[in-house]
This record gives sequence, structure tokens and C-alpha cells, in this order.
Amino acid sequence: MSCDETVDCGRRRLLVATAAAGGVAGVAAAVPFVASMLPSERAKAAGAPVEVDISKLAPGQMMTVEWRGKPVWIINRTKEMLDSMAKISDQLADPKSEKNMQPEYAKNATRSIKPEILVAVGICTHLGCSPTDKFKTGAESGIDPNWPGGFLCPCHGSTFDLAGRVYKSKPAPDNLEIPPHMYLGDAKIVIGEDKKA
Amino acid sequence: MSKVNVNALLQGTLNWVDERFPLTSNWKAHLSEYYAPKNFNFWYFFGSLAMLVLVIQIVTGIFLTMHVKPDAALNASGVPVAFASVEYIMRDVSWGWLIRYMHSTGASAFFLVVYLHMFRGLLYGSYRKPRELIWLFGIGIFLCLMGEAFFGYLLPWGQMSFWGAQVIVNLFSAIPVSGPDLSIWLRGDNVVGDATLNRFFAFHVIAMPLVLLGLVGAHIIALHEVGSNNPDGVEIKKKKDANGIPLDGIPFHPYYTVKDIVGVVVFLMVFSIVVFFMPEGGGYFLEYNNFFPADPLQTPPHIAPVWYFTPYYSLLRVVTYPLFGIYVKFWGVVAMGAGTLIFAFLPWLDRSPVKSIRYRGPMTKWLLSIWIVGFFILGFLGTKDPAYKFFGFIPGAPIAQLLSVYYFLFFLTMPIWSSLDRCKPEPDRVTMK
Amino acid sequence: MKKFLTAILFAPVLAFAAGATLHLDSAPDKATDMAALQNGAKIFVNYCLNCHSASYMRYNRLKDIGLSDAQIKDNLLFTADKVGEPMKLAMQRAEAKAWFGAAPPDLSVIARARASEHGSGADWLYTYLRTFYRDENRPTGWNNVVFENVGMPHVLWELQGEQVMGADHKLQLVKPGKMKPQEFDAAIGDLVAYLKYMGEPVAEFRKKLGVIVLIFLAVLFVFAYALKREYWKDIHKLLFLYVNAYYGASRNERATRPQSGA
Repeated sequence: MSCDETVDCGRRRLLVATAAAGGVAGVAAAVPFVASMLPSERAKAAGAPVEVDISKLAPGQMMTVEWRGKPVWIINRTKEMLDSMAKISDQLADPKSEKNMQPEYAKNATRSIKPEILVAVGICTHLGCSPTDKFKTGAESGIDPNWPGGFLCPCHGSTFDLAGRVYKSKPAPDNLEIPPHMYLGDAKIVIGEDKKA
Repeated sequence: MSKVNVNALLQGTLNWVDERFPLTSNWKAHLSEYYAPKNFNFWYFFGSLAMLVLVIQIVTGIFLTMHVKPDAALNASGVPVAFASVEYIMRDVSWGWLIRYMHSTGASAFFLVVYLHMFRGLLYGSYRKPRELIWLFGIGIFLCLMGEAFFGYLLPWGQMSFWGAQVIVNLFSAIPVSGPDLSIWLRGDNVVGDATLNRFFAFHVIAMPLVLLGLVGAHIIALHEVGSNNPDGVEIKKKKDANGIPLDGIPFHPYYTVKDIVGVVVFLMVFSIVVFFMPEGGGYFLEYNNFFPADPLQTPPHIAPVWYFTPYYSLLRVVTYPLFGIYVKFWGVVAMGAGTLIFAFLPWLDRSPVKSIRYRGPMTKWLLSIWIVGFFILGFLGTKDPAYKFFGFIPGAPIAQLLSVYYFLFFLTMPIWSSLDRCKPEPDRVTMK
Repeated sequence: MKKFLTAILFAPVLAFAAGATLHLDSAPDKATDMAALQNGAKIFVNYCLNCHSASYMRYNRLKDIGLSDAQIKDNLLFTADKVGEPMKLAMQRAEAKAWFGAAPPDLSVIARARASEHGSGADWLYTYLRTFYRDENRPTGWNNVVFENVGMPHVLWELQGEQVMGADHKLQLVKPGKMKPQEFDAAIGDLVAYLKYMGEPVAEFRKKLGVIVLIFLAVLFVFAYALKREYWKDIHKLLFLYVNAYYGASRNERATRPQSGA
């Protein structure tokens, strides 16, 4: 921009410099206010990883722990349960778990690190209800004569298998989420933290 | 896109707005063609600084409201929830400590700036005709600010919060007949309790700020209607050029905006020194006893209001004689109330032919100086025990009584001495000193 | 720095202040001495946290004083499971009240609360913790010079030994403890430094940030002041009449010819 009679260049330079410094001050002052709305140390502590001892979890049983205010299921699946899961692939929406609902290390046939132990967030991917466990098979389950065992969401009837995979033609769009987790020894799981962190 | 097109676009947008909202005309009326006297001095920074502090208090206040809990119940560790929530802000909320210190320092800064702003008014007769309403709105702002500070001080629910509120609410019980019922109604309980905390929260975060903003708006509208006074106390509107612009007036923007920015930066430096290096202000901005949670069973050994209330607190304490068969407490309350309200009558008490201290006689200068010194000493004594002695042997209480009498006599006799004083002639035009 | 500024701001007030009646020993300044703070934290967790909580202080905040999560977990985490939890109490409050008459107060901000015109909160604590003496008239068998008839017993007596109040109102060590007097004073200095840190964990960062903010504002001041001077040249150098006429006219022109551009 050229300096001519109508523009006082010294004045303009000072204006720009002051406005720039003032602008920096304004932005710097805004940062603490914006940051104050982030989760506090209390919220972070409440969302901290949870350690779970699974030495007493018998085959065929399930336990629920709270992590970040959500139910996390830990299921010790029996050999029969694992076998039944392999047979129903054609009824599932995403049998190979291709959608990003689990960490890399759980992207396998059983959706778990150890084949028998499933760790999953017990929140239906449809609208956030917590499904109920329906481990009894066949007509006794009250769902379907051929029911191999799994979960039923009471809100809108979505069904999931024993790896948390959603059945086809149900309201829920995705498989249940597998949270980040890792083993500390044989019988201790940390939920909320994995090795890469 | 060339420069001309950008300008045309901006101008087009501005025109579009102006046809629907008086943007340009307001800009002119209040900034670019609001003519302020060219001779403003140091004392004229404090009006814009008060606006700045108001903004700081509102913004920090909004963010504190997101985290504070006005709840007197004890948590699992036996600490009142409200008290714990302040420490939660200080530790657990990201940058919460900064926001909280800005707010607590801002409270003191607000009073400091407003007192200096009012003192400017006293010096240059800014309350005189035709600015009586500006002054009255200003007194309204001052009273509102006192209420706002008082209600806000209860919220951290420390010992000083609790006992300060206890004492002040009990003042109302001094009112004959309806007093005791009135103070129970104010508290919503037999003692200052959860109900009191909750309602003070409501007053502090919404009721008072709304009134305050309304009054600030009225204060400025009235000011821009009659125009600013100046250190010479002469009306610049009396001498105008051919275009009807005051000869001694300069556009507020850009001249006073750039000048006020300098004031703002200096103020922010002082403010930052307190916030970052001495947020407790030596116990005057954050009182030490307020780091103990409120305990209704134990009064701290020494309680005093925060510094900005102490002159009036002194006025309250000095009254020790019952009058007209009504007990002492009532007259103490009357003295304190009158001490704050008496400022409102200044426009009609001052009968001097000139406005500014520059052209007033020696009597005014002396009486005002003594009053200011007295105000400081009353304020200082208000922070101390009633039995306080200067240098260990000069008793404070009789001095406070003497100064309190002077405090009121200064105003009550003003119509006499202000008209008798030997004034110098005012100049026709403002002077640049 | 802080004391100097306080002195300037309150010089008129301080000039009036009368002599203090309570003498406090001044606590050593160990605010940036990480080893001392860590030792203080250890003493606090081992001796104080049995009866007093510090319920606003999270264990993992101790990273401020140079400890890692693992160190905190292995050496200090007695009353909680996770490092993110605050220093709550193992003892029940009701029990504590039954034992001591009053529940021991939360100590998170005690170093701030105990400040007074006699000295800083750290000074008070430093003196208090070192001036317990034997007094058989008290239920705990202990009394204190700074806090008369205190409900708390002398928790650290094994370290300090036993003091008695002499006829000259001075304390005398009659039975030595595990530590020599200087060692004990140093340990209390560490503990008090920790309590002071815990009262406001952000204090050191606050001061560092303050320096940056002030430097920045000083730069901003230079620009703002230069800008003001630049504009006010109009007022100081030119005839005022001329300024008004010139400025007013150019404004009016612009207003009447909105499309012209600049």
C-alpha cells in the first residue's frame, strides 16, 4: 500500500502494531476461559482407567464394572458359546467387525484379546440403552427357537451375539464398542488404557 | 479482488444495516462525533476503567458460575460443598485459579476505580447542574455495587463470609417493630444458612447485575446528552464554531479511545501484579480467616469487612448513645446508611459559584482534604478492633467518633461554606495544563 | 518481590500498625526445594493424614513437586486406590469427633488460613508444630504455646522428644527424641513447606506466568503510548479550531458520499 496525502503511514503502522499486540492479548486472555470448560481434574480422575480382577469370573459368567459412568461387561465365554458364534455370521450386520468399533487388537473373530474373555461397553449403539444378557439358548430365551445366546436391548429390540456383534435388520447400526483395555498378568484387566498409551 | 471492490462491499453492507438499525448514527453520537473537552487529565481514566472492570467481573463471573455450588451442606470430608467448590475451581478446573483470582481482585479493583471516579466528581464539581442525574445514576451504581459485593462475599462460605453476612443481616433487626421479622425473612432461616446462601447467589449472579447494567446504561446516556465536565469546570458547549462544534471539544474517537487504551494497559499491569503476585492483597483482598469454612458455632476472634466497606463500618460502630428512646443499634445503622446516601445530595448541597477545585477558595481545599484524610482513617479503623490504639497508645475510638461527626458536618454545612468561600474567576475556555 | 509490593501498596496502613503480641518463628523458604517438598509430603502422609484429610488435594497433583505417578502410588497412596483421588481420610469423622472432641480440620488450605498480622501461615505452622509441651492438666497430656489448650496431641513427640514449660516461660527439652533439635526443625520446615505448597499448588506457576504477562503488557504499553502520542499531535500542534473544522469536514464528506471509497 502506498503512502500518499490521505494516508499517514507512521500512524497506520502504529495502529496495526497496537491492534496486533492487543489482538494477541485478547486471544491469550480467551484461552483460559475456553480451557476452563474442558473436563476438570475431578472429571479426569473419574474417567481414569479401572483395574478389574477377573480371577473369580467362572466360564459362562459375566460381570459389569463402571468406567466413565458407563457399564463395561466382562464375559468369560465357554467353548460352546465360542463355537455357536462362528455359525451365525450370515445373520449379522458386520460379522467381520470392519467398522471402527474396536481397537486393532480386538479386530478378530472373537473381538477380544484372549479368545474367551470379552470386554465390551454395554451400551446399545442405537440410542444408548443398556442391553440385557440373554445367555439361555433356544426357545427358552423367549427370543427365537434358534437363539444361540447373546444380548437383547429392551428399548427397541436390537439383538447382539456373544461378541457384541449386532444382528441384521435391527435398529442398532453398529456392533457394541470394545473399550481400550489390556492385561496386567493373567487375571487383571485394565479398562481405559492400552499399551500404546 | 481489488481494494475498491472490498470497500464498496463493506459500504454496501453498512448501508444495508443502517437502513435497519442506527449503527452509523450511534457510532457518531457516542464516539466519532461525541465531543469531549480536550483537557481531560489523569482523573478522567477511571470512568472507562470502571467499564472495563465491569466487563471483567461479568465474564469471569459467568465462568465461575459454571463451577461454583451455592450449597451449605457438608460433603463426605465434612467441608461445606460451597467452600469445597471454590477450592475445586482453584485446583481441579483448568485455569480456574486465574479466573477466580481475577474475580476476587476485580471486586477490589472495582471499588478502587469507582472511588477514584467519584473523587474526580468531587474535585471538579461533576455533579453540578446540568449533571445531577448523571450523579444520581452514579450513586445508584455505587449502592448496587455495594450490594453486589456483599452478596458475592457470602458465596465462598468461609468464616468471614458467614459472619459478615450474619452481622449485616442483623443490622436490619435494628429497625424498630418489624426489624427482627425482616432479618429472618432476609435470611430465610433463623441463622445465615443454606437458604441464605442460595438466595444471595441469585441476587449476586442475576438480580444485581441486571440493575447494575441498567444503571450504567442510564449513566452513559445521561452523560452523552449533556456532555462531559472537565478539570476547569467550564461548559465547552458555550463556545462553538460555525459548524456547531464546541471549540474546546475533540471527537471522543479516536482521541480519547487511544488515550483510554493507554490507561487500560497501565491498569491491567497493576491488576496483573495483584492477580499474579499477591492475590490475597496482604489479607485485604482475600481475608485469611475466609480460608476456614463457615462455622456457625464459632466466631473468629476478629472480624472486619473487606476494605471497601470499612469507612461505613466505622460510622456504624462509633454510635454509642441511644437517642429518643430508640436503642443504639438503630442509630448506628442510620449513621452507616446516611454515610453512603449523603453523596446523593451533593448537587444541591454545593452552592459554590464555580465547579472546579482549581477556582475554588482555600476553605474548600482544606475542608475537602481533611474529609479525604478522615475517610481514610475511618476506613483504616474499620479494619481494626474497636479497642485499637495508634502507635499503641492513642485510642482509635474517640478519633473515629470525631471524624464521623466531621464526615457529616462537611456535607451538612456545605451550603454555607461553599457559598462563602473566596473563589477565583473561571476562565472562558478550558486550559491545557 | 511479593513482600515488597505488599509493602508499597499498604505502606500507609502498615505505618499505623501496632506491635505484634504473638511472636512467630519464621519458616524457612523451601518453596522451590523439591527434595524438601517431597520429604514434607512423606511426613504429611505418614503423620497428618491419619487424622486430617486434605480433601481438595489430589495425589497425582504431587507431580508438581517432582514425583511420578508410580512413586506416588508406591510410597504415598495410603488412603485411596487411584492416584487421581484426593487425600481423603481413612478414619471416620464421627470417630474422630468422639476421640478429640472436635473433628480434626481438613488441612488443604491450612497454610493460607493461618496467616495473620503476626506472620504468614507458614510461620504460624512452623512455630506451632515445634512448641508442644507437656501439660498434665490437658486430656492429651500436651499443650501448645501458639495454640493454647489445643485438642491435638503432639503427634511427632517421638521425633522431637518432650518439652516442658519452664518458669521463665521458655520451653526446655527434657527428654530427647529420635531426632536432634536441628534435624527436627529441618523436618518441620519441610512439612510446613509442603503444607504451604498444598495450600496453593499453582503458586509457583502463577508467579512465573505473571512475569510473562507483565513483560507482554509492557510491550503493549509502548505501542499504545506511541499511538496515543501520534494521534494527540493533532491536538497539541495544530490550532484547535483548525482540527475541528478539518476533522469534522472530512467526516461529513465521507458520510455524504458513501460510494466513493477511500
